[in-house]
Amino acid sequence: MTAPIRKLRVATTSLAGCFGCHMSFLDIDERILKLVELVEFDRSPITDIKQCGPCDLGLIEGGVCNAENVHVLREFRKQCKILVALGACAVNGGLPAQRNRLDLRDILEEVYVTEDGLARGSKIPNDPELPLLLDKVRPIHEVVRIDYFLPGCPPPADAIWKFLTDLIAGRTPVLGHGLLHYD
Amino acid sequence: MKTSNSEVSAQANARGARAKAARPAEANNVFTIDGREIPFEPGQTVMQAALTAGVFVPHLCYHPEFRPHGSCKLCTMKVNGRPTTSCTLPAAPGMEVENNTTEINDKRRLLIQMLLVEGNHFCPSCEKSGNCKLQALGYALGVMSPHFTLFYPVRPVDASHPEMLLDFNRCILCELCIRASAEVDKKNVFALSGRGLKKHLIVNAESGRLADTDFAPTDKAAEVCPVGVILRKRRGFAVPIGKRTYDLKPINEQADRFKPLTPLPKEEF
Amino acid sequence: MPESSLETVAVILGNHGNNGTRLMQILRETQEALGWLSPETITAIAKGVGWPRAKVEGTAGFYSFFHTRPMGRYRVLWSDNITDRMLGNLDLMQTMCQKLWLEPGRVSEDGLVSVDTTSCTGMCDQGPAVLVNYRAITRMTQERVARMAELIQKQVPVAGWPTEWFQVEDNIRRADILLNNTTKPGEALKAALAREGNQESAANARSWREGVNAATRGPSAVLEEIKKSNLRGRGGAGFTTGIKWEACRHAPGDERYVVCNADEGEPGTFKDRVLLTRQADLVFEGMTIAAYAIGARKGYLYLRGEYRYLLERLNEVLARRRDMNLLGTNILGHSGFDFDIEVHLGAGAYVCGEESALIESLEGKRGVPRNRPPYPVTVGFLGKPTVVNNVETLAAAALIAAKGGDWYRDIGTERSAGTKLLSVSGDVARPGIYEYPFGVTIAEVLADAGATDTQAVQISGPSGVCVADNEFGRSIAFEDIPTAGAFMVFDYSRDMFEVARNFAHFFAHESCGFCTPCRVGTTLLKNLMDKIGDGHGTQVEISEIFQVSHVLQMAAHCGLGHTAPHPLLDTLEKFRPAYERRLKYLNFRPAFDLDGALARARQMTGRDDLAAHLGSSE
Ligand SMILES: Cc1cc2nc3c(=O)[nH]c(=O)nc-3n(C[C@H](O)[C@H](O)[C@H](O)COP(=O)(O)O)c2cc1C
Ligand code: SF4
Ligand code: SF4
Ligand code: SF4
Ligand code: FES
Repeated sequence: MTAPIRKLRVATTSLAGCFGCHMSFLDIDERILKLVELVEFDRSPITDIKQCGPCDLGLIEGGVCNAENVHVLREFRKQCKILVALGACAVNGGLPAQRNRLDLRDILEEVYVTEDGLARGSKIPNDPELPLLLDKVRPIHEVVRIDYFLPGCPPPADAIWKFLTDLIAGRTPVLGHGLLHYD
Repeated sequence: MKTSNSEVSAQANARGARAKAARPAEANNVFTIDGREIPFEPGQTVMQAALTAGVFVPHLCYHPEFRPHGSCKLCTMKVNGRPTTSCTLPAAPGMEVENNTTEINDKRRLLIQMLLVEGNHFCPSCEKSGNCKLQALGYALGVMSPHFTLFYPVRPVDASHPEMLLDFNRCILCELCIRASAEVDKKNVFALSGRGLKKHLIVNAESGRLADTDFAPTDKAAEVCPVGVILRKRRGFAVPIGKRTYDLKPINEQADRFKPLTPLPKEEF
Repeated sequence: MPESSLETVAVILGNHGNNGTRLMQILRETQEALGWLSPETITAIAKGVGWPRAKVEGTAGFYSFFHTRPMGRYRVLWSDNITDRMLGNLDLMQTMCQKLWLEPGRVSEDGLVSVDTTSCTGMCDQGPAVLVNYRAITRMTQERVARMAELIQKQVPVAGWPTEWFQVEDNIRRADILLNNTTKPGEALKAALAREGNQESAANARSWREGVNAATRGPSAVLEEIKKSNLRGRGGAGFTTGIKWEACRHAPGDERYVVCNADEGEPGTFKDRVLLTRQADLVFEGMTIAAYAIGARKGYLYLRGEYRYLLERLNEVLARRRDMNLLGTNILGHSGFDFDIEVHLGAGAYVCGEESALIESLEGKRGVPRNRPPYPVTVGFLGKPTVVNNVETLAAAALIAAKGGDWYRDIGTERSAGTKLLSVSGDVARPGIYEYPFGVTIAEVLADAGATDTQAVQISGPSGVCVADNEFGRSIAFEDIPTAGAFMVFDYSRDMFEVARNFAHFFAHESCGFCTPCRVGTTLLKNLMDKIGDGHGTQVEISEIFQVSHVLQMAAHCGLGHTAPHPLLDTLEKFRPAYERRLKYLNFRPAFDLDGALARARQMTGRDDLAAHLGSSE
């Protein structure tokens, strides 16, 4: 039997993340040449496609902190056969989730109203264009079903490479010692 | 029925085990773990014998210098087909023990995940990262996610002490600090309050602040925490990534580090 | 801290000889006097007993009925067993809260009152029940709620409330050897003392009283009778009493203890309450006989905090027995036979019914089950050999001492000797206590209690088994369905999912938190049941219930954690449609209410446009 010839279609996005996982992804360096032989990119910061089409694989960086994140995540879930939580923030909320112990009211007031250096009469913005914040930052598996988790802050390029090549080869991805880490 | 049947048979088993141990014919002190023969000294637990023989057993509340505690349940094994806490179970000749099996490791993974969702574990910003047993076991068992819905409990940090910091967000309630402070330091700085999910660590001061206790950075209790709760201030991230305890070798290849020390302190009533 | 409070604490400490193992009683009495346990009070008590302060705070923090924060001068706790629910407790509680301008669980702003729920208070046959300042009140109605709210607002002391409210009925519907017992106080004990050992038991009499000739043969003779009777424990585990006593008797040590387990925390169980009301002498006599058999000089009756109202009565019985020389020194003229009993009150923790947790609690500590082995019979109270027996077991033991093991063994079935008290509640015409010889079928009990249209019976409480109508031919016996006594009946109008959900909440509330699987797992189960109950469940949640349950069954430290999944697994097996009809979706559902999570931000921004909302599905 031969391996599938069709290239895997991959979409990526960053929700409440720092793009660190995407940077790490690009860190696979020259292997990216090998990768583009195997995959083609749909919506992703590296393609500029704005709406995700049907894909084989979706990689999500970052947790869910606002309504917009929820919409994007749902779009990805709808379009991607396999959805992967990429990095610590997608896996457990990560650094942004450290705001969870604070009341959203206090956060918004501090940022928009009471902090030093704000213009007089500053208010919490109510522009309908701005996505509303959720009361807590959540990992993505609490909002949609997730098929694989790839922790790390960021996951090392080698881990991403191992994960993708396993997946492409039809193996259940396994990260050995040194590749699986939470920090 | 208030008690599971297993409790009854446990009593029966224990009697059986005692009766057996007394018989000289079975005096050769060997049992098996996953088919491998493990010799033991009378009085040793299954876990102590395993670690002495170089067989790694996942654990969090066990510590080689302290009496077994039996609370984290990571060390659960099947002994003659019955699930048992191996760190508290006295070894007996002829036991057939399962340790490293899919069934048991699946449960252990879920236990790790329970601990991960119960507290707030953000490893990237944790000084213990790389030297943390919870994390290391997560790696060794292949825990890829917290799996459950995160509880995100609110647990304020105690930074009152000039040299030490308590970040309760990561406490897994193993009671090692409590035991160390009581048994070794003779200070009783730590204790537990609350019940169930509300159980939490407290310190021995009316103010509830560590600074108002006689805790010292040289205490045994300052060094036993398996996770990142009891920390030295201004000493974080001292060892570079790649050189930390569990960067070098996975925890399951470091069974030797956890070999029991004898004799252990006697139980006090 | 006011001088007067310090004095109060000092007096209480003095009454208890500044003894830390009496901490539970010290804390309770202090709280009864001062209203709550302030940080200063805890410091004073710790100093008094010479314990680390944190350890005292740890004990105080463990029990539901101790408060380290002010809780209001009137504290109303609604019993929240499923049987109270079926009798409408939640509506009544809500009315009460409205009348008092309160939210459940909160103290009123003036610090006058708080209203909350508590685990089953053991009044299932006369609910809905409440505890007011830890005094039991039964049969709550809208009228009583209104009147109670008034009394609270007028600040009438609880002692001045209508006495009929505090009336607790025995509701004995069927009596047999125990509840019909008419032996006089001391009669069983005299019979025990008169028993002569046979050759074998005399040879076996190597224990504490070696050398005291008259007493040596007696104890082992009593033990022989208990063994002959085939009596098995009534607390749930069904361990053979004679073997337990013998193990304790032979355990090395110079001090031994007898403990009567009257914690009766299993929801739906109230038979020990009735035994202690009607047959307290028999129970104490059983303890005394146990003491005689094993060689104990001291006994404790561990009474659950919910039965606080029984404390004075039981102490009166004990005083009378001392007067009759049925307790004290040289009991009934037997030189060297010294024994006394003390009632020790718990403070709201189901897990303290577990014998080793109970012993920890008796020692003034947090009620956490110990590692076993060693078992209490060798290492028990204060590290000494200790027999722990259920109330009913000890009452039966007294009867056996009086009438003989052969007599007893002939009652019941071959493998289950004697009778069993059942606490029947729920959908029956005649709730109350039914005593049957072992072997009675569920159908017979249902018929006697006037149950119709029965869908299911929860036997032995949440930790027991849920039996569906095709199994009503089964019988109550160790060889078929063993039970600690609860018998909760549900007719076809009841939703078995809600029954299981109530029990899931119970276990999450009562987990002691010692071990990971139960501390976290019981809450996970509770949350999963709530998610399904609130209409957001899918097959994913059902399979999660199984997964978490298996961890509990495999790894939990004590019976509480092992049995916590039972009600869920049983109902999933026998009443699965009750779950399935709540599953509105096939697939994954978010873990939380997405739109609700935006509410705060909507409020802050004043927005309510379309983009300010999230549907719960894609
Ligand atoms: C969580 C839990 C709660 C228990 N509660 C009680 C109780 O309320 N009363 C009781 O007699 N036994 C209770 N038991 C059983 C006791 O551990 C013990 O087996 C019993 O008191 C022994 O007495 P017996 O041999 O007379 O039955 C409980 C066990 C567990 C695990
Ligand atoms: S304690 Fe361990 S698991 Fe928790 S955040 Fe720190 S390194 Fe991670
Ligand atoms: S602080 Fe550390 S040592 Fe102490 S109980 Fe928590 S996890 Fe264990
Ligand atoms: S199973 Fe539950 S109640 Fe029992 S020890 Fe563990 S946490 Fe405590
Ligand atoms: S190591 Fe055995 S229970 Fe924690």
